[in-house]
Amino acid sequence: MLEIGLSHYLTVAAIIFTVGIFGIFLNRRNVIVIMMSIELMLLAVNINLVAFAVHLNDLAGQVFVMFILTVAAAEAAIGLAILVIYFRNHGSIAVEDINLMKG
Amino acid sequence: MIVQALAFYLFAGIAIAASVMVIASRNPVHSVLFLIMAFFNSAALFVLLGAEFLAMVLIVVYVGAVAVLFLFVVMMLDVNFAKLREGFQNYLPIGGLIGLILLVELIFVVGAWIVVPEADLVARNPVPADPEITNTEALGRILYTDYVYLFQVSGLILLVAMIGAIVLTLRQRSGVRRQNVEHQLARRREDSVAIARVDTGKGV
Repeated sequence: MLEIGLSHYLTVAAIIFTVGIFGIFLNRRNVIVIMMSIELMLLAVNINLVAFAVHLNDLAGQVFVMFILTVAAAEAAIGLAILVIYFRNHGSIAVEDINLMKG
Repeated sequence: MIVQALAFYLFAGIAIAASVMVIASRNPVHSVLFLIMAFFNSAALFVLLGAEFLAMVLIVVYVGAVAVLFLFVVMMLDVNFAKLREGFQNYLPIGGLIGLILLVELIFVVGAWIVVPEADLVARNPVPADPEITNTEALGRILYTDYVYLFQVSGLILLVAMIGAIVLTLRQRSGVRRQNVEHQLARRREDSVAIARVDTGKGV
């Protein structure tokens, strides 16, 4: 219990990932909170990658965390830009109202 | 050792609690602030793991850029967030069930994890044994050599995201008077000034 190993970090990451998925279910109408949940899930993946990189003594995992950070930042910027123009055009960000493409 | 364990439990506990508050909080501004808290504590976990550079990058990129972006958008949109939370209770049972199943599965997977001792020998980029080389320097040594193409591609991704975000949110308003530099520079004396011979007492 006091010896902190790989599985401790993996468990923390698993819990945060689950909280992220739970957040998507819970806040189905609010796009902003859904995007925050996605950020939480990416954070959990990053914790996993760093834990494995340190445990396996391999720096490649830490390099890939940086690439995930890049993609996460780009995703957040584009997602929020789409959100802003959607709100400007429709005055609402409820997920049920976003059905223009009839998907 | 005990200090490390205590620090781990402290940071992990706060990170998990903050991420729960992100999805449970009523006010999205509080959600963003709890998200920042979760990022800070994850950065502390990275420091505990020995990945100092990534910890600092996490704070700079996530807290400094992404979370502040979220904060701006939440504050800019005039949305009734209380109305968006209707049906919160309806989704609680099914979401909780799926979350619980996923969590138990993940913990079963990671709990029984055994790494073979030979795994060290096949490391793609082993951590330098020299303690003089810091984490940042070791990362830089492989990032700019082995992963230089991926590094460039991630730069391109950021460029595309930047241009995309600007193009998406750019708004052309009608009725706004703007300075037109080319127009000003192309204006010549003959176009704008005319000398009129005015007779006395007649006007132009």
